[in-house]
Parts: sequence; structure tokens; C-alpha cells
Amino acid sequence: MFEDLRDLYQEVILDHGRRPRHGHRLAAYDASAKGDNPMCGDRVQVWVKHAADGRIAETGFEARGCAISIASADLMAETVAGSTPAEARALFARFRDMARTGVCIESDTLLERLRPLAGVHAYPSRVKCATLAWHALLAALDGNGEATSE
Amino acid sequence: MNVTTRPVLLDVDAIRAEFPILRQTVRGKPLVFLDSAASAQKPRAVIDAMVSAMETQYANVHRGLHWMSERTTDAYEGARDAAGRLINARDRREIVFVRNSTEALNLVAHSYGRGVLRPGQAVLISEMEHHSNIVPWQMLRDAHGIELRVAPVTDAGELDLAAFESLLDDGRVGLVSITHMSNVLGTYTPAERIVRIAHAHGAKVMLDGSQAVVHRRVDVQALDVDFYAFTGHKLYGPTGIGVLWARRELLEAMPPFLGGGEMIGTVSWEHTTWAEVPHKFEAGTPAILEAIGLGAAIGFVEGVGYEAIAAHEASLTEHALARLAAIEGLRVLGRAQDRGGVISFTLEGAHPHDVATLLDRQGIAVRAGHHCAEPLMRRFGLQGTARASFGIYTTLGEIDVLADTLLRVREFFA
Repeated sequence: MFEDLRDLYQEVILDHGRRPRHGHRLAAYDASAKGDNPMCGDRVQVWVKHAADGRIAETGFEARGCAISIASADLMAETVAGSTPAEARALFARFRDMARTGVCIESDTLLERLRPLAGVHAYPSRVKCATLAWHALLAALDGNGEATSE
Repeated sequence: MNVTTRPVLLDVDAIRAEFPILRQTVRGKPLVFLDSAASAQKPRAVIDAMVSAMETQYANVHRGLHWMSERTTDAYEGARDAAGRLINARDRREIVFVRNSTEALNLVAHSYGRGVLRPGQAVLISEMEHHSNIVPWQMLRDAHGIELRVAPVTDAGELDLAAFESLLDDGRVGLVSITHMSNVLGTYTPAERIVRIAHAHGAKVMLDGSQAVVHRRVDVQALDVDFYAFTGHKLYGPTGIGVLWARRELLEAMPPFLGGGEMIGTVSWEHTTWAEVPHKFEAGTPAILEAIGLGAAIGFVEGVGYEAIAAHEASLTEHALARLAAIEGLRVLGRAQDRGGVISFTLEGAHPHDVATLLDRQGIAVRAGHHCAEPLMRRFGLQGTARASFGIYTTLGEIDVLADTLLRVREFFA
């Protein structure tokens, strides 16, 4: 019945939405921030642990939200491990473009890992579900405590 | 006298034929519009009335000394008569046109709240209010030293009347403002009892009838209420027009809300006097076409008749509750004894927004989220629900489509 929704709800999304690998608070962390989507009530908190060289060693999150927002937070945590904060910021810019246009650059190996979320471009009201955790991550990296996806 | 009970039947096919939009398909599927509590669709009579006014008799009201303005004024004031008749107002001057229920509530919070209530008095609302019946009172509280009290809701989703009464005990509540029907739970509040209890404690009562007036005959005199608000767009009328009804003596005691043209007697630099009610509260050029559309919507609803509407809605609600109860993992919020066709639910394992997106793919429109009632969501430990709400044009078959599709949604996220 929902075959045409498989572009949005790919197995990867449903799987990460149901069983996020990074959906937990970090015992030790260097930065943290909350993200809030006041229109729909979705909320996320992100914790970041840096490696000695300043790269992102680990990201954890706690979220309440839809399958898209949880899966996006989890794929984000998976993908940014090992990135510098500047690389993570740049990746978010490319991810946001992909979420809005549906276009994934083939040679972009990091973005490629987030490709399952490209389907949100066809659902404009859901794009902010996919970007909420990213706003929180960037706020944490910038030393801000709060972010909103509005 | 031999009284025979005439079966009240609503010919839903004939009614649907009056709503052009219901012939639309969405994503290749027939539209199943179950979001009427947010805003209802418009019948041909409303569309025609507004278009015809623009094409044949449009001008500003109450000012032109010419034919067009006189005709338009007649139509605009005719809508006031229709609104007064709908809720059995004693006096047509008690009908104030506003933009929507939100504006009606803000008008009362401002003009009655600041003009009549005194610091130290309290306003009593309930836990199941829409934000529009919360925020204006918080603003009044913060600006004018009015205490805001909140009567709790039971687990069944009904007003806790004992707690409500105890909150009135000290006699400091000057105004009770409560929904007549919850936009989340579908619960009808016991308006007559609320009014009786409040009046016994010296408090006036405002009812937010945004949902109730769509489904039930409202008689403000029988209810003995003091203020009543409803909005046009949920009553099959246009957006941008609503009604505040209040007892004439209350309106007369209240200062104006907005200042400007239309609401004055005379203006001079030293002193300006106010127009008589209701014009005192209708500053500026009003929503003329929208008022005419509302008049047509009221005529349409009266033509169908509240008896038929209520019977139709009762059968839809009963059927929906039975079908939804049979879905494993589905929980309906609230189980009030007296409830109507607004049903909020959660589905285990699926976020309300995901549910709404999947339903939308099958042409089914529901609302998902907090429904502008965040405190009520928190009361039930939820961040949001999906909500199906019914209108005059909803069919039993559409409810079956909803229930059948929800079973598939459940499988999808299992």
C-alpha cells in the first residue's frame, strides 16, 4: 500500500528510526546542545566528545520525534565520527542542500552515507525533521546550548 | 397529543454534492478529509454568496450614501441577524464580528479583563484549553495582576467538576473561560452546570464554542452564559470572520478593544465618544465578504438542521471509536461520556507525524501534533497525537478507509 513512500521511509531509515545506535547520552563529553522544533514538538539533545586532535570522536543523542528525525540524528552521529568541526559544518551545508533538492553528489563519500534521507525533499514539511539534530550538533560545536530548526 | 418521532436522517450524498472540493483526488486517491476541526470545507452556497457579492453588490458598509453601499450593508447586517438567530441571542446588537475565536477571546481578555476585572481577581480556565484560551489570559495576568487558575481534567478527559468548583470557593474568580467542546478530546463540557456553579460564586462565564457550534445547537439564553465565541471557518464558512456574543450590558460596560473608524460616535482632539454596541468593537472596515459568507454558511447549516447533524455525527463517532478500538496498539485519548466527532489517538511504534504522512499518501487528511494544546498533551504525557475529525460531509465509508489504512500503517512500522 505504501510502496511509493519507500523513497522517504527506506529500510535504513526505518531501521535507524527504530533502533538508533547512537541514541544515548555520552558518559563523558566536551560539548552538548539541545535542538527544538516548536512547531511539531520534536526535541533532541546532542553530546559530542572530541579526540585529542580536536576531531569529533563520538556523538550521542537523545531525541523524541518521528522516524525521520531519529534516523537522521543516528546517521549524522555515525557519519561525523572522525570529522573536524569545520568538516562537520561543511557536510551539514551539503546535507541541507540534498534534503531540499534530493540531489546527492556521487563523489561525496560522506554525503553518500546520508543519501537515504534525500527522499525528504519531496516532503517540504519534513525537511526540518531531518535537519533538527544537525542544528543541535552545530550549536554544540559552536558552544551554544540551544538550536531550533525553524 | 400524539407525538411521532420523525427519524432524523442526513442525506450525506446530497450534502457532499454541495461541496465542490470533495470531488478532488489527492495523490490519485479520493480525498478523505478528516481535518474539519482545524478548518472545514466550504459548500457551494458560501462560495456563491461571496462571489455574487463581489460581482453584483460590493461597496464599503455603513458609510456610502449610495445604492451599492446600502445593499452591502444590508447583506452584512443580515449576517449579524443570522448569527444571532443561530445561537438564539436576545438582541442582534449582542453580536460582534471579529476575525475568529482567538480575536474574540483576546477582545474579552483585553476589554473585560482590563476594563472590568480588578487586580487581585482571578480568571479560571481548564486544562483542556486551546492556546487561544490560555495565552490571552496569561498576558492579562502579567499586565494587570490577575491570577490565572486552571481546573484539571480527569483521566477520562472530562472537566473535574469538583476541583473546578473548589477553585471558585474563595469568591475571587471574576471570569470563567472554558471550551464548550475540546478540539483534542472531543469532550463536550457540561456548560449548563459550569454556568450555574460559576454564577453561584459570582463569576461570569465565557464559552469557546469554536468546535461545539459546528455540531450542536447552541442557545446562549438557555445556557445562561455571559460570553460566547465561535469562528466562521470551522462552521463551513470563510476564514477571517468570527463572532463574539456577549450580554448587551456587559458589552456596554466594556471599553473598546481597537480604536479607529466605524467604532466612534464623534472624534475631536479633546474627546472622542464611542459608537453604540456592537460597532464600538468593530473598528475599521470589517470583513464584509467574509461576513456575507458566514451568513450563507449559517443558512446552510440551518437548512440541514442540527438534529440531523448531531445524529449523523453520533453515528460516525460511534463507528469510529469501535473501529479504532479494534486496532492493536492504538490508543484513543480520552473517553468522555459526552463526546463528539473529534478523535485524537496514538499508534504504538509510530510517531504521529509519520502516521499522518502515510495516511496522506492514501488521500487521507488528518492533523498531527499538539493541536495548539500543549498543556493538555503534557497532562496525558504525550508530545502529540494524530487527530481525525468529522464534518457534515464525512461518511462511514471514509472512517472504514481510515481504520483499514491505520492497520497497514501499523504493519509498516512494526
